[in-house]
Amino acid sequence: MARNEAKERKCILKFEDVSLQFDQASPVLDRVSFEIWSGETRIILGAAGAGKTVMMKIALGLLKASSGRVSVMGQDVTNFDEVQWYEVRSHIGVLFQEGGLFDSITIEENVAYPLLNQARFMTNGKKPTIDSVRPDVQEALNFVELGNTLNKFPSELSGGMRRRVGIARGSVADPDLFLYDSPTAGLDPITANTIIALLIKDREMRNTTAAIITHRFQDGHLMANFRYNPEKDHLERLPADSPLRERTKFMVMKEGQLVFEGSETELDASRDPYISKFSMHPARKVS
Amino acid sequence: MLDWLKSPILTFQEFVTLAGRASLNVFRRPFYGQDLFLQMDTIGVGSLPITVLIGFFSGVIMALQMSRALSQYGATGQVGQITAITLVREMGPVLTALLIAGRNASGIASELGSMKVSEQIDAMRALGTDPVKKLVTPRLLAMCVTLPLLTIIADFVGIVGGYMVAVPLLRLTTGSQYWNNAWRSLEYNDIAQGLIKPLLFAFIIALVGCLYGMRTSGGTQGVGRATTQAVVVASVWIFIVTALVTRIFVNL
Ligand SMILES: Nc1ncnc2c1ncn2[C@@H]1O[C@H](COP(=O)(O)OP(=O)(O)OP(=O)(O)O)[C@@H](O)[C@H]1O
Ligand SMILES: [Mg+2]
Repeated sequence: MARNEAKERKCILKFEDVSLQFDQASPVLDRVSFEIWSGETRIILGAAGAGKTVMMKIALGLLKASSGRVSVMGQDVTNFDEVQWYEVRSHIGVLFQEGGLFDSITIEENVAYPLLNQARFMTNGKKPTIDSVRPDVQEALNFVELGNTLNKFPSELSGGMRRRVGIARGSVADPDLFLYDSPTAGLDPITANTIIALLIKDREMRNTTAAIITHRFQDGHLMANFRYNPEKDHLERLPADSPLRERTKFMVMKEGQLVFEGSETELDASRDPYISKFSMHPARKVS
Repeated sequence: MLDWLKSPILTFQEFVTLAGRASLNVFRRPFYGQDLFLQMDTIGVGSLPITVLIGFFSGVIMALQMSRALSQYGATGQVGQITAITLVREMGPVLTALLIAGRNASGIASELGSMKVSEQIDAMRALGTDPVKKLVTPRLLAMCVTLPLLTIIADFVGIVGGYMVAVPLLRLTTGSQYWNNAWRSLEYNDIAQGLIKPLLFAFIIALVGCLYGMRTSGGTQGVGRATTQAVVVASVWIFIVTALVTRIFVNL
């Protein structure tokens, strides 16, 4: 079993000394290195402006690193051009911080968009039709419990619902890696927890590798300590010694630098004043 | 030392790159026909009433202004010629372009700007479409088709406006003389510059709108800034280009 697993584990995303600098100002990303392995859930914490979104956009090829190397799914993509990137991106699901839903088209067309536009789903250079992808779209929307909103427009939905549409659109093409940029930002605690429950459910059902950018430590705590039980259709706490806890790793960004990488226990144990602001036990940080 | 030149030169370089990419995409699959027709509708059909209005009044004003000067020289019969030439060569193209710049360069910049700040443009790239192909090329094509047509309409309505002043209102000349005079005075040279100008203006308006929209940063405030800049920059370039083209045609 263990050997089998080791064979299956692949490096999904790898940053090696990646830096990014706009103009002459101080670097927005400063020699960041990390690896995300398949099956892993990576929680990315950090203050506003720490460079989390920029890092995600580099992983998607939307921004180009000034220096360093980036690999996606074992492929060195550092010098890829836009056409090569389209193929890479078609295996990555993404939820944007600002939503990124197309507000001139319906929810159905939004969710169908990746299926209709990615080269990987074309047969003989022809796009699939919206009718042929409707079952997949419906299923993705059912998953986020918005199965009856197909003909609505994004502006007609609440903030939490729009986030869920974003999740449906990101997952409809069954990506190997899902990047969530601040999925719970600006939501009330109840809605935020339903979103995290969706991410846990998605992880369990499809075994997705995910990177989750967030300001809320609770998000990471839930991801690390809960699993979805499909029989009972609810979340349950993992036993303390469960190896499944190990698949959730945390990292903390500060002013473009990666200042912490490790498990939840290690994060909790950190005495660094900045890092411990993102842990569950802020009281303990005073030394 | 030449730091202040750097930013405009970089912008111009971006403009040229965008122009190249958007134009080449006209011949590359996939084509977004639906987006093209939507844009032709908003730019063309949407601008028609205001174009007709402005065209008509520029003809009216031209004829009114000329009536006094021409009667001083006893040349009131030439009013058709003067109205037609000024409209077709310069007033029609420039006024229409300025109008469309105000209406559509701003519209394009604010639309693409909002898409930029809400990460819709990033989402397009992430989900398999090239924003230049999907957003810029349809707008450029639609503008290149509709602006010359709108200009022709404005020219014609303007000449009709001149007729209204010259014949029924001030009785400067007879109807048949006005039309004959207007029609005969137009040479190929005039028609050529009257059509080349709107085509060049179409490039300026569509691409400046798209460029400033897609470069937007800094939230909703940035969208407002991009919109204003797009209109100002497009208008300035319209005047520069019309001066250059006129200079070339004067020598021909
Ligand atoms: N296109 C750009 N041009 C110049 N600077 C940029 C650009 N995009 C981001 N930055 C800068 O990079 C830094 C990091 O931005 P980033 O969006 O990655 O922050 P973040 O960690 O995602 O913050 P938040 O939690 O608020 O989303 C910020 O200081 C920002 O001003
Ligand atoms: Mg961010």
